[in-house]
Amino acid sequence: MNALVPTQLDEALRVIGTHPDALVVAGGTDAMVEINAGHRRPRMVIAVNRVAELRSWTYDPAGATVRIGAAVTYSELMESPLAELIPALAEASRTVGSPQIRNAGTLGGNLGTCSPAGDGLPVLAALGAVVHLASATRERSLPVSDFMVGVKRTALEADELITAITIPVLAGWQGYSKVGVRNAMVIALASACLATDVTTSSVRLAVGSVGPTIIRCADAEAFAGESVSFARRSATPATVARFGELAAAASHPIDDHRATAAYRRHAVGVLASRLLRRAFPND
Amino acid sequence: MTDDFDSSRGLHSDVFALSEIYALHVNGGTHEVRDAWIGESLLFVLRERLGLMGSKGACEQGECGSCSVMVGGELVCSCLVLAASAVEQSIVTIEGIAPVGSPSDVQQAFVDAGAVQCGFCTPGLIMATHALLERSPEPTEFEIREELSGNVCRCTGYGRIIDAVQRVAVRRRAVQP
Amino acid sequence: MSALVGERTRAGRLGDSITRPDGTAKVQGSFQFSSDLNAENCLWGATLRSPHPSARIVSIDLSAAYRISGVEAIVTAADVPGQATYGLISQDQPVFASDVVRYVGEPIAAVAADHPETCRRALEAIVVVYEVMAPLTDPERVLDGSHPPIHPDGNLIRHQRVLCGDANATGPIVVEGTYEIGMQDQAFLGLEAALALPDPGAAGVELYVATQWLHEDQKQIAACLGLAPAAIRLTLGGVGGAFGAREDISLQVHTCLLALRTGRPVRMHYSREESFLGHVHRHPARIWMRHHATADGLLVKVEARMVFDGGAYASTSSAVLINAVTHTQGPYRCPNAVVDGYAVRTNNLPCGAMRGFGVVQACFAHEGQMDRLAAACGIDPVDLRLRNAMVIGDKLITGQVIENVAPVERCIRETAALPLPDEPVGGHDRNTMRLPGGAGRTADAGHIRRGIGFAVSIKNLMYSEGFDDYSTARCRLADGVVTLKFATSEVGQGFVTIAGQIARSVLGVDEVVLGTIDTGVGSAGSTSASRQTWMSGGAVNAACLKVRGLLFDAVAALYHVDANSLSIEGSDIVGASGALRVSVLEASTGLEFDETVEYRHKPTEDLDDNGQGDCHTAFAFVAHRAVVDVDPELGLVKVIQIATAQDVGRALNPLSVLGQIEGGIAQGLGLAVMEEIIMSEGRVRNPSFTDYLLPTFLDMPSVVVSLIEEPDPIAPLGAKGVGEPPTISSTPAIVAAIRDAIGRPLDRVPVRPIDIIG
Repeated sequence: MNALVPTQLDEALRVIGTHPDALVVAGGTDAMVEINAGHRRPRMVIAVNRVAELRSWTYDPAGATVRIGAAVTYSELMESPLAELIPALAEASRTVGSPQIRNAGTLGGNLGTCSPAGDGLPVLAALGAVVHLASATRERSLPVSDFMVGVKRTALEADELITAITIPVLAGWQGYSKVGVRNAMVIALASACLATDVTTSSVRLAVGSVGPTIIRCADAEAFAGESVSFARRSATPATVARFGELAAAASHPIDDHRATAAYRRHAVGVLASRLLRRAFPND
Repeated sequence: MTDDFDSSRGLHSDVFALSEIYALHVNGGTHEVRDAWIGESLLFVLRERLGLMGSKGACEQGECGSCSVMVGGELVCSCLVLAASAVEQSIVTIEGIAPVGSPSDVQQAFVDAGAVQCGFCTPGLIMATHALLERSPEPTEFEIREELSGNVCRCTGYGRIIDAVQRVAVRRRAVQP
Repeated sequence: MSALVGERTRAGRLGDSITRPDGTAKVQGSFQFSSDLNAENCLWGATLRSPHPSARIVSIDLSAAYRISGVEAIVTAADVPGQATYGLISQDQPVFASDVVRYVGEPIAAVAADHPETCRRALEAIVVVYEVMAPLTDPERVLDGSHPPIHPDGNLIRHQRVLCGDANATGPIVVEGTYEIGMQDQAFLGLEAALALPDPGAAGVELYVATQWLHEDQKQIAACLGLAPAAIRLTLGGVGGAFGAREDISLQVHTCLLALRTGRPVRMHYSREESFLGHVHRHPARIWMRHHATADGLLVKVEARMVFDGGAYASTSSAVLINAVTHTQGPYRCPNAVVDGYAVRTNNLPCGAMRGFGVVQACFAHEGQMDRLAAACGIDPVDLRLRNAMVIGDKLITGQVIENVAPVERCIRETAALPLPDEPVGGHDRNTMRLPGGAGRTADAGHIRRGIGFAVSIKNLMYSEGFDDYSTARCRLADGVVTLKFATSEVGQGFVTIAGQIARSVLGVDEVVLGTIDTGVGSAGSTSASRQTWMSGGAVNAACLKVRGLLFDAVAALYHVDANSLSIEGSDIVGASGALRVSVLEASTGLEFDETVEYRHKPTEDLDDNGQGDCHTAFAFVAHRAVVDVDPELGLVKVIQIATAQDVGRALNPLSVLGQIEGGIAQGLGLAVMEEIIMSEGRVRNPSFTDYLLPTFLDMPSVVVSLIEEPDPIAPLGAKGVGEPPTISSTPAIVAAIRDAIGRPLDRVPVRPIDIIG
């Protein structure tokens, strides 16, 4: 048998350790596309989407965090109460592929593939999520920004598995926007997640599809933090416009058959401005 | 073929083996799969090894929904499920929806409403519609559109399909006490 | 084994919205599409394709591929026993490239093996050495003569001029524009698939295939295999949509060759990527038009230059071009014209038939011009179109007089009168997901502008330019049951439904059995050009009428009445006096009538050098109104509603007509805002459904439809073909609506976000 379907985490880590060349799949929605096209020919496959520990999530009210198992699906992320705890992640999940894809695709898979267009990733970046990795012999956790190394490149070692993602639960408005040419089932030409934190009066912005990996827009965040009013939930039109410019300036997209770099840069600026306006609806 | 070719065959079988053996639970029965390649999708195995030709392949990348089946109670694209990983799960295909000649209410509504033209997307849409109405018995038009948005139809422009789904919802409501 | 066993249909006469005879099988997944067919001991076939748009083939080495376990046969150009090339109009396309390749995806070899993965590995193991050449990708380089021929037939496939009236005529209002149409794919869902069963001793082959025209395939396959046509028996494998892409040969010859070579059944299925490379597409085109009009907006003259990129091989390019140039004026009176159209050969993907067949491109240009003219004259765009609307008896720029029903004015007025959507931007529930951008929630209602656009079109029906256009049908009546036999490809359009309706109406029977669709009866012609309701409907009708005549003769002899006094009433034969009433069942019990009829429409003519001649048979008309919401800042569009009034002659099955209208509009919408095969330097950048975007449930709006039923006396059943018109003017209507929303010209489809943001 060259397909292993562990149901316990320790078993999964053990077989991954003994078969470091095996293809590890969760929902399979990325890997199978490559296999069907003949671009990937696995000798051995380890499917981890039946591992109970990876399929659950827990909320820690005291620590204000949610820990989400890596094999939790997008459909599950869209459901209450997770959707209320991390609304931007629910919004992002709703833009992933189709209902069928969302029923199979997982947050861990989104991280593992690490496409610049991965819909969950700007949310994780904006919220400052932590990725938990484990092998048969060790565990480690690292900030999502360190986990994502480049286009489809991550810090994951061959014997490791993404086990969970810890996401801070922030008090404050948050949202996700994504530009595609179709009204459903489309890959992002540009995407953005904006999250506000009323306890620190800070604004976070992460953008996708406009660089090799997800970009946190530090200048835009700092500018917004100084320029908006959390008390009145207001931002001036000039602030909104400037915020978009800074987001666009932080991006470094490429031309491809889906869109030009210029359009992507423009679009991500528009998204940033509109998200800031949604967060701060008053002038 | 010369002996030369035959002697080299052993080398290649190493690389590409038709050696997987596993069992799938499909439409209430257990089906043994033998001599399969590890890279085969559930769609391929359903069609080519189990003879269940109702699920259709049209894109091989989850962009059309024609291959939709239920796996473990969830609607998924069978082209994106590695068959050998779908063991120990209940799989329902279009053939498991209703016996041949006795269409389900959804199937009958598709026929009656003119929701079928070439019919290639239809089995996937039937699966998706059953899943939708199971979860949401009285969907709004927008909900129908969103929940079926993973099923592409090239013939109908979707209008008659929406009509078919709404007909089922109305009828099911009418028969409820 | 059989692909489509006799469908049995009951009840429903002409005009009834009865359901499809294959409907239950299709909803249950038991309908056999060509990709579902299998046979004992069957092999898989696969095709090796060129990775280069232009290259010389230096050598092909099959030895490593043959060493792979499970590989049973590999065929190349050297193995083609008959004619090396094929094609619908000119036979200029090689079965396999031998000396040069002319487009990315051109077949070079085919493999038969035990498993698709074995095939894939074998293809990878075939070593082809190429000498890569710079591709010819710019059609203008053909016209300026700056590129040497890339094919023995030359780089110009056809030039056609149309000169009508006074070439120097002009008017006070002159508007011009240059319009571009991108390459659209038919994107049927049921990928190319065939099953070939060889006869013992390779004497012939039985082919189950999804095609639009069994007999044309038979002719071309036989020529390439060096066999008599009768040795190739074709049966229609269930067809998962066609839209023009199955009019040309794709895998037919390859599958048969592999079956004959191995002596075993062979199945060949294309992948989606391969399908994008393996069939012809809608021609990308560049069209310049200049319209001259009076101050009141009446057309004085149209000038046009059209360049259609035919890609590497001719396919139907010359016919597509003729459709475009002869439809330059649209459904409007125009006394003078100077038109030059060119179809050229390049190293881009071959182009040919797609729903609308050249008229889509011409219509996008003339409707853009009509809006420009309306603006220049200060006249409402709908009013301008009404002022110029064609009527029966008007002359086309080819000199041909419109003889059939031409309710252009009614199409326009009824479309304009249909209700506009009542919901505000974002809907009554203010759901941001209803706005352009959809689930991406890119906008709020305040960012959105709404626009309305209008477009009208004319489309020729059936084949043109002197083609011997006919269809064959056989009708057998015995014991009250009618059996129909025809080779008409059912591709989803529903001919199998109306065939039964025709038989029931003519013969008064309830039960109609449809024979297998195969080459066991004469040709039906292609399921294209909106022609099968007219042509095969005409043939079935004529065959049924002939049988009815024989039945009446028998009844007349038995009851000593005049056969001419008999008619069908319900399921009975009745005499004029009312004295005789006998059921068809009773009258036909113990008897058998079996008649085969070929139906032809009136002959058409070739065009002369000045583009004059009665080259078309008949025309249908339609108007479309589009309402769109646009996000001008992000360049995103959501179509909110399409309204249409279509000239259908007579709706033989209103539900089927509605399905054709809605489905055709969806394809027009796709071309308007998302569908394009993107090529650069001869390479396809987006050969997948991830990147070639088709409209989803969330992109296609509701359609408000008015059927204009003025039965056409020229048509055998009064009915016009309804398949193509919905696709044609829906595209320019949507683009006009986007222009209306943003207040800027848009002269290219599909409209991209960057075109909108400017």
